[in-house]
Amino acid sequence: MLINKRLILAHFWLAFAVFGLALILGAWQMFVRSPFNAWHFNPEFYYRSVTAHGSAMGYVFPTLIAMGFGYAITEATLEKPLVGVRWAWAGFALVAVGAVVAMIPVSLGLASVLYTFYPPMVGNPFYYIGVVMVVVGSWIWVALMSINLMIWKRDNPDRPVPLAMFANVAGSYLWGWTAVGAALEIIFLILPVALGLRSTIDAGLARVFFSWTLHAIVYFWLIPTYIAYYTIFPRAIGGRLYSDAMARISFILFVVVAMPIGVHHLFADPQVGAGFKFMHSVFTGLVTLPTLLTIFTICASAEIASRLRGGRGAFGWVRALPWQNPIMLATALSLVMLGFGGAGGIINMSYQLDATIHNTQWITGHFHLIFGGAIVIMYFAIAYDLWPHLTGRAMDHFGLMRTQLWLWFIGMIVTTFPWHYVGILGMPRRMAFYDYANPAISPQTFSVGMSAVGGLILLTSGVLFFVVLIRGQRAERSDAGAYRFSVPIHMPARIPVALNSFGLWLTLMVGLTVVNYGYPIAQLLVLKQTNVPAIYVGASR
Amino acid sequence: MTTESDSHLGEAVAARIERRWATLSIVVVGVLVGMAIFIGIDHATMPQGHVETADPKTLHLTGEFIESNLGSAMEADGSVTVRAIGQQYSFTPQCIVVPSETPVTLRATSADAVHGLLIEGTNINTMLVPGYVSELPVRFKAPGEHAMPCQEFCGIGHQGMWAKVKVVDKTAFLRMMASRRRLSCVD
Repeated sequence: MLINKRLILAHFWLAFAVFGLALILGAWQMFVRSPFNAWHFNPEFYYRSVTAHGSAMGYVFPTLIAMGFGYAITEATLEKPLVGVRWAWAGFALVAVGAVVAMIPVSLGLASVLYTFYPPMVGNPFYYIGVVMVVVGSWIWVALMSINLMIWKRDNPDRPVPLAMFANVAGSYLWGWTAVGAALEIIFLILPVALGLRSTIDAGLARVFFSWTLHAIVYFWLIPTYIAYYTIFPRAIGGRLYSDAMARISFILFVVVAMPIGVHHLFADPQVGAGFKFMHSVFTGLVTLPTLLTIFTICASAEIASRLRGGRGAFGWVRALPWQNPIMLATALSLVMLGFGGAGGIINMSYQLDATIHNTQWITGHFHLIFGGAIVIMYFAIAYDLWPHLTGRAMDHFGLMRTQLWLWFIGMIVTTFPWHYVGILGMPRRMAFYDYANPAISPQTFSVGMSAVGGLILLTSGVLFFVVLIRGQRAERSDAGAYRFSVPIHMPARIPVALNSFGLWLTLMVGLTVVNYGYPIAQLLVLKQTNVPAIYVGASR
Repeated sequence: MTTESDSHLGEAVAARIERRWATLSIVVVGVLVGMAIFIGIDHATMPQGHVETADPKTLHLTGEFIESNLGSAMEADGSVTVRAIGQQYSFTPQCIVVPSETPVTLRATSADAVHGLLIEGTNINTMLVPGYVSELPVRFKAPGEHAMPCQEFCGIGHQGMWAKVKVVDKTAFLRMMASRRRLSCVD
């Protein structure tokens, strides 16, 4: 029962519009730094573009998807209109206006600091203010998710929270808390300097605050994808979910252990000691657990659906899956990319192996494969699945959808595999161009060329995606019926309180963050002489 | 036709398989974390143990990172200490000389923005954060030349920030070092 369809559709359309623009920038970046381009251009344009690409893809696009999908889940699972629709529109407006406010100084070259900020470099204050507006807009969504769930629980004291809603609210809490790190960094460290109130900043402390946000934000991007795995995929292929309890445990694990692991981004940093790097490394290992559980549950659900369709044999059932179905295809391709990306992540989690690839193109390859690949391909799937219910029009260009999904998969592999390879060779990331005539760099020429080709394939897939959406928006009217999520094979009669509420898990989330971040932050706050002069970016040249 | 007891049986089987998989997953994670701990302790590859500061405002005036003290220095115990700084958009020294098969301590910091350095063809990789000193124990196996780029975005000249590391035979290094207090291949 989707009621506020315009609200949901507005979130999705703005999300994909931002995605489309950032995709064009990404493909352009791939080209200019490749051997196909003679390197006579202003490198500042490259860093300006990387800042816009990262900010749009990291802060705006997935946030809007999570918000729009969250509103859809709320209305579809709780079977009543969203409470606080005006607030929801206010949150949407804040995100939209914030994105524009942030992007104006970036496009003028006044804030080419990349989406990771990198103090002591400091850009135009409006860039940071825009980012804060986006975050505050999304916090309205966090509050609305929580309020809607509380009202429903009060009215339905004996019913278990529907799985999709449980996972959605888990994701919103995760985001609400993980965004605090970057918010503290911006408000207390960067903005006073950007506004000219102070001229020095503790770069090391700022990096610690940012790492608080930087890793768990990935799990916030991932949650809609996992919700689609658990609650859309089994229904879409005509099956049921293997296990409801295991799904809840996975989402709870994300809430609890996604947060206290961010220091693995600082393995090579001098301002955090060995002890806490070790703690964060261990917790990073733990966060692979929910993913391993998910892979099992989803594959088991697929096997059951296939056997219901007559699939046989130990592996023969794979052939009997409904491969013409875009949701089937998207999920399978997503899991393949998650497998490779996850294996890379396990390498990154250990300090010893990280030393080989820290801050090389390997890292760029890793997070593009996970986020751009495994996660975003499911955002496409969510849109394909939800669109007919939002527009009230048929969407049946399945062949086109499959082509689009395959191209995205191929493009992502062609882009990221060579990146991983040159990363092992030691190619540093985030450089506007490389001197391919240098004998130390020339062995990387072919691989970088390949990844630029991958960028073009991704751009083509992106164009096809918009063709599908626009066609869907202009198709014949048809009633898609009520929007439903998968049901488990064995519907548990009662769900333990722990798997139906968040109190304990939120306490653990905050507690573990305090344990794992408290000391490193306190140590730097106490340490003298760590403030260094700010470097204003885009100041009079 | 499925009966009530069949359904319970199915549920029990499903739960058992699931528990086995969960156990296996925990074992896999345990082994991976255990490997990291073992290598860390056994091969002594752990991150820098302590946090050390250096003020970038006075780096050039006082302390170990003044210009005349940068480069490779011989220690009494036969090891070598290399001191370097990163600044927008170069390293000093821009070419580092080190002996092969000798314990080397790399000490480096930044004079302005956040930089990083990695030495291609090795596992040497560290961030340079202004205000803090990065220290890394390293050892080069064989003579040769390595590129040493800055691996962190440090401003619009980042792409030009490449230095070099020249690894020379130990006896050659001692000969070069004989007449000098600090060594680099720039001068």
